[in-house]
This record gives sequence, structure tokens and C-alpha cells, in this order.
Amino acid sequence: MAMHAERSAALHELTSAPIQHAFNPYEDNGGTILAIAGKDFSVIAGDTRQSQGYSIQTRYARKVWQLTDRAVLATNGFAADGNNFVKKVKQRLEWYEHAHHKQMPLKSIARMIQTILYGKRFFPYYVYNILGGIEEDGTGAVYSYDPVGTYERESCRAAGAAQSILQPFLDNQIYFKNQTPEPGAEPFIPGNLPLSTVLALVVDSFTSATERHIEVGDGLEVYVVMKKGRPTDDLVGEGKLAPGMAVEELDALGEGDGEKTFLVTRSLKRD
Amino acid sequence: MSIMEYNGGSVVAMVGKDCVAIATDMRLGQQSIGVAHNFEKVFPINDKLYYGLPGLASDVYSLREHLRFRVNMYRMKEEREITPKTFTHLLSSTLYEKRFGPWFLEPVVAGLPAPTEMEPHPKPFISTMDTIGCITTPKDFAVAGTATDKLYGVAEGLWEPDLEPEDLFETISQTLLNAVDRDALSGWGAVVHVITHDKVITRTLRSRMD
Amino acid sequence: MVAKDIEVAPIGFDFSNYARNEFLGQSLGGLPKATSTGTTIVGLKFGGGSSGEPEGVCLGADTRATAGPIVADKNCEKIHFLTPQIRCCGAGTAADTEFVTNLISSNLELHALSQGRQPRVVTAMTMLKQYLFRYQGHVGAHLVLGGVDSTGPHLFTVHAHGSTDKLPYVTMGSGSLAAMAVFESSYKENLTRAEAIALVARAIRSGIFNDLGSGSNVDVAVITKAGTEMLRNYEMPNERGVKSRNYKFRRGTTAFSKEYIRDLIVKEEVRSTSGAGKEQGPAVAVAVGEGMDVDP
Repeated sequence: MAMHAERSAALHELTSAPIQHAFNPYEDNGGTILAIAGKDFSVIAGDTRQSQGYSIQTRYARKVWQLTDRAVLATNGFAADGNNFVKKVKQRLEWYEHAHHKQMPLKSIARMIQTILYGKRFFPYYVYNILGGIEEDGTGAVYSYDPVGTYERESCRAAGAAQSILQPFLDNQIYFKNQTPEPGAEPFIPGNLPLSTVLALVVDSFTSATERHIEVGDGLEVYVVMKKGRPTDDLVGEGKLAPGMAVEELDALGEGDGEKTFLVTRSLKRD
Repeated sequence: MSIMEYNGGSVVAMVGKDCVAIATDMRLGQQSIGVAHNFEKVFPINDKLYYGLPGLASDVYSLREHLRFRVNMYRMKEEREITPKTFTHLLSSTLYEKRFGPWFLEPVVAGLPAPTEMEPHPKPFISTMDTIGCITTPKDFAVAGTATDKLYGVAEGLWEPDLEPEDLFETISQTLLNAVDRDALSGWGAVVHVITHDKVITRTLRSRMD
Repeated sequence: MVAKDIEVAPIGFDFSNYARNEFLGQSLGGLPKATSTGTTIVGLKFGGGSSGEPEGVCLGADTRATAGPIVADKNCEKIHFLTPQIRCCGAGTAADTEFVTNLISSNLELHALSQGRQPRVVTAMTMLKQYLFRYQGHVGAHLVLGGVDSTGPHLFTVHAHGSTDKLPYVTMGSGSLAAMAVFESSYKENLTRAEAIALVARAIRSGIFNDLGSGSNVDVAVITKAGTEMLRNYEMPNERGVKSRNYKFRRGTTAFSKEYIRDLIVKEEVRSTSGAGKEQGPAVAVAVGEGMDVDP
């Protein structure tokens, strides 16, 4: 090491090239996230692998976070930034609750996330966010962001390492892109798919991404947020989920009489 | 930007039940400028063997002519048609010869081998290789071009085993269209060839032109 | 003379595109990187001594080929054939490992033919290192070479620059540390054949699961004096399960604007006319052509 340093110093004297120092504070921790909005529900999913280069740092790192009873945030990119960003968002949500005695509505969280992200416009959080949940009118919603806060409400979005693998598949299966309906049949209307179909598509998306992307795998976490009063029998109950999948209802963070959040888990390939 | 993205374009091939399909987009660009929407990148070698050359457009012409010469020489010397497997190796050697000054192409081959005494029921054949001729022969699908990642994703999701020719047409068409719609350098129309034992179906797809 | 020019292909690499590509690389920013394989390949010597079994070499490899972070091939073959009793695992630039081993395999066959006996592993090793050294590391083949010859079992590693090592157990590729961790903790001299296979498979599995560049299946080759056993896909711990949904489309889902069907079957109708042609007069008259009236 020392020898190497001396040699390069001597080399610099000869070439008299300026020595450049660079510190790169960012890192890419792989993984991928995805969210789909339904009529009265929203699913937000992410794999649990965290990697650096060709090494796995952990097979279980959380990328999807329950913020309120009606909002779930998925973060992807630089894990340290992601964790800190979520911490900051949660703190702001707590302050809001203290001030207003209610949880912040989804669209307000969406705007707040933009403000926080843009606040670091010249030293950004290297994080791609997807926010999912239930709006005040009871509809499922998905908001997607770039690292500096540009955001948009959509009904479906993938982000992260396998974004390019997942998004065109979702365009086809969620938005019915390039599919012509049967002659005389109703035209396809996106956003009306039943929860069971959406869950199946999410699982197949992630197993596909695991096959073709080396940074995706290990585990899958799918958060399902349901509108207040919506029946849960299409998710909970014997034989409702495919073998190898498990579901648990998460404790309410607020009053507990509103929206319900479930966590569906499944393993992914570990190679 | 690398030379592989200079002109844009993508090719995909898929295996079905006693059939294969190969599809290409039609875009020819100069970086982000679209230049032509009739630039097919898939060519026939014989009745049941097609290949696609996504990559640098000038090399498409060079290599296509070179291969035409090589295959014609093969046909005259051997007095028989070249098989998909042999053609793949011919292509591979041709590319590796230029290991240190490669053609900027990632070929995809799709063909139905003719039955022989040794192999009365040959399997449908697809293959692909990188710019210096490293062969991959998948059992399901092969992709190449600027929309490679997207094609892998959609194909991995949509492909099913043992599809009949008409079903294979739907699957390969949907795979290509949805992948190139998310790729700025591919698209502008598409052509699909479905090769079966008794016919080759060639269809020009309706697609987004942006 | 012309015919000779066409028929005798020049040997070796063709640099005719080199200058053009350098220019294109400069003006467009960056030449494309060749498919490089993140890999786990291993080899060990076993048998003899206390094992009471014949000596041999056991080689192993994973089956993933990558292009950047994308899996290009889920089940490729990285244990290459050199001679019936010598095999070679390849890591590094995929095309280089493929073509280098093919070339040396051909030359070993010619060598065997001219010498009238099976080539030795050192011969294969020397041919590989001399070839690779000539290209100063630009032919990116990193190899694990193993086999049995008249002098017994041999195991080598060959690096892209031409350096070689002779060791009882070796690993290479991006998963080499994961695999070597297994070897360093569990390798013993004089393993039995079954123990050797199990240890090699475990080392490869360690690479498959802990190194992102390696994945899918375990390939194993066992070489003894008696012969070579290629255990292709010896373990398949990463099969994809059935998908949740079936994605077959309704026929007619894709809109198309043009269709051309090339019929490969020559249809020809053969109709028996029971000598009706006789009624039509002399053959010359019929041959005159279409549209000619035939007298009733």
C-alpha cells in the first residue's frame, strides 16, 4: 500500500497532473419495489435483499414501511438514506398528529414527502420512493417520486434495480397496454382488478425479477391497505393465499376503526 | 452512450410447440432522432431458419452480406441447407474472429431443424450471442438489443411452455410491444415471424409510433 | 489462385475493425463490455492413501452467466471438454473461455494423434498458458484445469495473463472466496470419491448462495483413471416454482395490419382422368396452349 502511494506520487511529479480527490457518499444497495392501486385497496411490495456489489449485506432489510393506518411508504436505492428518510417522515407525521389530533391524510403525506426531498435538492437523498395507501375518498392510490421530489399519482409503479424488468410487464397486465378487447366486449378499464389478481401479479413480477436480476431475491413483503369497512375475506382465511404465503393484520396506529393494513410475506430464491 | 445504443432496436425469439417465433422492431435511429420506421432486423436464411441482428446499423449490412456469402458457400459445398445449430456456430466464429475489433451486433437465431435419420423429431431451436460470439441456447426465449432488460422482464412473465403457433404469436407480440414501448430507442412498428413445419406466418404489428 | 484464397481462411484474430471501433468508442463514449461471467468454479484432488480408493480430480461449477446485473443464461455449461480425461472450468469473459478451451481441445487431439498417446494435463496447461501469455491478459480466460493422465491426477489454475498454480484444492471466479472458505475449513487429503463430490458441491453452493455473480445449478465432473463422469446439473436448488397465473392470451389480442403466409407445402392435385386425353386428338394440338378450343 505504502509502496503504491510513493510510486503514484513520483508519477504525479513526472506528469505534473493535478491530484484529484473524490469522496462518493452514495452507494447502491439493489433491491426493487412496486405498488399497485385498486378500487378500494392498495398494495405496496418490496423484496428484502440488501446488497453491495456482488455481496449480500443482509437477506432481510426492510424497504416497505407502515406510516399511518392509510399510508405505506416503500424506499429504494441507498439504504442508509432510505432509513433516515423514513425516520424523518415518521417524525413529521408524529408532530402533525400532536398538532391536529388526527393522522395526516395520504395526499398531504404525498406533498410533504416532496418538500422533504426537494429540501435536499443539492445533496439529495439517493432514494426512489413509492407511497401507497387509501385517499380520503376511500380510493386506493399510489404516488411515485424521483430522488429530488418530482411526484405523480398513478395506479401502478415499479422502482429500483429491476424497474426496467417489471414496469413493461405491469403496463401489459395492469394497464392492459397493447391488448385489444374481444370484438363486442367491454373495453379494458385499468384499476378495477380484484385483490387476488393483483397479489398474484405482484408475486409473479417478483419471481420474474428474481430470475433475471442478481440483486433481487431472498424475501418478499407485500403490504395491503384496505378502505374502511371493506370486507377482508378475499385475503384472510383458509386457502385464500397460495401455498408458502402468510398474512398477518397489522396493529392500527391511530384510533383503530379506520383502514386496515395487512402484511403478506413469501420467500424468494436466495441465489 | 455506447455504440450499441447508437441506432437502437431489439429482437426477441421464442420457442413453442413444434414452432418458433422471432420478432423485431422497425426503428432506425441516430441516437434520440428517429430516422426510419421500416428498418427490419430479421432476415431469412432458408425456409425454416431466421436470424435477427440488433445493434449498429452499418454492421447489420456488413454482417448480413458476409453471412449470405458464407451460407451460400456452405450450400454449394455441402449440397444441403445449413441447420440452425451449425448456423449459430458459424455466426459465433465469425464474431469471435473479430474479438479485438468486434461487430457491434448481438445476433438472435430461430429455426426449426429438418428431421434427419439421426434425429427424426428435432426440437425447435433458438439461440443468441454477445458481440464477441458467446453462445446461449435457451429452452424458452432469447432477447437482444436496446430493450434487453425490458424484454427479459416481460418474457419471463408471459412465456408459457408448449404454445401453439397462434398462441405463440400473441405471446411474442405482446412481449415485444410492451418492452419496446418502455424503450426510447426501440419501437416504431414491429414484425413477427412464426415458423411452423408447413408455413411461415409473417405479420406486421400495429404499435405506438412515439 | 482465387479459389484458394476463398477456401483457405486465414487463421487468428482479425483486427480490421479495430481502428474504426477505437474511433467510435472515443466519439460515442465507451465500447460495450463483453459478457463477463461472475462465476464460482472449483477443483480438488481426492483418493489414494487412507481412502483406499483410486486417485482422481473433482471439478465443480455453477451455471449462471451474467451481463452486468442481468442474468443472461440460467443454465450454462462452464466445465469444458479438453480431452476424454482432461476438463477445464472457465471464469471471466465467457466467449474467451469457450473459444480458448475449444482451440486447445483441438490442438490436444492433434497432439494425441501425432504422438500416438493421450496428452498429459501439464501439456494442456502449458498450451493454455503460452496462448494466454501471448495475448497479455486481453483474452480474459481464468481457468481451473484438472485431469488424470499416465502420471496420475493433476490440478491447476491458469490466469488470464498466463500464470499457473499447482495445488490440491483451488477455487476461481467472483465466488472463489465463498467456495475457498468451505475448502479451507473442510478439505482433507485422501477424501473418498463420494466425499469429494459432496465437498465440491458444497463449495459451489456456497458460491451460488453468497455471491450474486453465481447462481442456479451445480455442475460436477469426476475424473479418475477409469474415466470421466460429467454430472451435469448434479444439484438444482434454484428451480422456479409454478407461476401464480397463466398468461396465455386470447387469440386476436394483438392487432396487426399486414399478414403474409409463406406456405411451405407444395399442394398439387392429382386427378385420375382414365385416358380421357385420347378423345382430345393429337398431342400437338393440346400443347399449343391455354384458351384453345377443343372440338366437341
